[in-house]
Amino acid sequence: MSADGGTLTTTGYIEHHLTNLAVCADSAKVDGVCTGFWTFHLDTLLVSGILGLVVFGFMALMASRATAGVPSGGQNFVEMVVGLVDQQVRDTFHGKSALVTPLAITIFVWVFVMNAMDLIPVDFLPTALQAATGNHHLPFKFVPTTDPNLTFAMSLTVFAISIVLGLKTKGFGHFMHEVFAVPFGLKLAPINLLFRIVEEIARPISLSLRLFGNMYAGEMVFILIALLGIYQLPLALPWELFHILIITLQAFVFMMLTIVYMSMAAESH
Amino acid sequence: MNINATLIGQAIWFALFIWITMKYVWPPLQKAMADRQAQIADGLAAAERGKHEQELAAKRSADALREAKEKSSELIAQAEKRAQQIVEEAKGTAKVEADKVVAGAKAEIDQEVERAKQELRERVAELAVAGAEKILRKEINASAHAEMLVALKQDL
Repeated sequence: MSADGGTLTTTGYIEHHLTNLAVCADSAKVDGVCTGFWTFHLDTLLVSGILGLVVFGFMALMASRATAGVPSGGQNFVEMVVGLVDQQVRDTFHGKSALVTPLAITIFVWVFVMNAMDLIPVDFLPTALQAATGNHHLPFKFVPTTDPNLTFAMSLTVFAISIVLGLKTKGFGHFMHEVFAVPFGLKLAPINLLFRIVEEIARPISLSLRLFGNMYAGEMVFILIALLGIYQLPLALPWELFHILIITLQAFVFMMLTIVYMSMAAESH
Repeated sequence: MNINATLIGQAIWFALFIWITMKYVWPPLQKAMADRQAQIADGLAAAERGKHEQELAAKRSADALREAKEKSSELIAQAEKRAQQIVEEAKGTAKVEADKVVAGAKAEIDQEVERAKQELRERVAELAVAGAEKILRKEINASAHAEMLVALKQDL
């Protein structure tokens, strides 16, 4: 556990674990805490970026060496993951798009590795980092998906891509017609528009909050278990095993829903 | 939960990773997998073809075997027939030869018999003459009766 000025309170421990490493201009600080929009969560940005660069770099390396002959172990592994995602896309998305499969692969792999950071014991990496920097109050969240900024960034990007895909496959006229005339016909255009807006707003919010909520809650349970001292041993393992399911499932759900939204955007109602 | 500029940074990361996947991960893998699929399909088709050819070859070899069997049995039958013929021929020749030998022996025997008869005839005549001589020694002159004896010899 990270010591907080010698005395450790339960609240302090939990708060410390749920605080991002934020940087901002000095003028935006209130009592030494960053406020306002122009704040960057360095931990989220760094961990997600490094994980992404490593895993996608590895995948690109394997793909560049890919042969049609007998695949190497690494190529086989990457092909297995990619093939699984591709199968889902084929089953759900019937349009033609060079973007949907890579998008789904990116989401599944990236979300999975970021979620997998949750499996490393909660105090392990923060304590190591605090020891390395010498700053024992340094907050650092190692699970980027517990930061709503990340989940919202992903869901909003997906939302934007789905709008662009809809415009591209249907054309502007057809797209606008769908916005105003579905599901009640042109006579009730305002209501149709309202429905559409609610639907379009609900999608990215539910998509991002689902991932954020699950990972945040899972992380919270890990922190609470870590507070039990010696009694955490019989509890941490089952929760860890259960969490393997959750992180995979959440990555899969995010990917699957993205594919569904893409297919809804590309197909006429 | 505070939304801030991290959102923009994360969106940039996300876009970058989508771009990497779209450009460097998915296309080569897709190509490799499609190529492998084609290779496997080709291999399976070739195997199927090979199997079919093997079946044909087996059929051909069975045909050839049956034909050879038929031919060989025909040959054996022919040979048997020929052998029988030869035996028959040999039998015929042997019979002719045997008849000839028998005929020769018969002729020789006849000759021998004739000669023996001749000899006997001479000996009988001689014995008759000798007997008569002994009987008639005193009263009959040999030279006086020679003419009669020659006539007798002619009769025998």
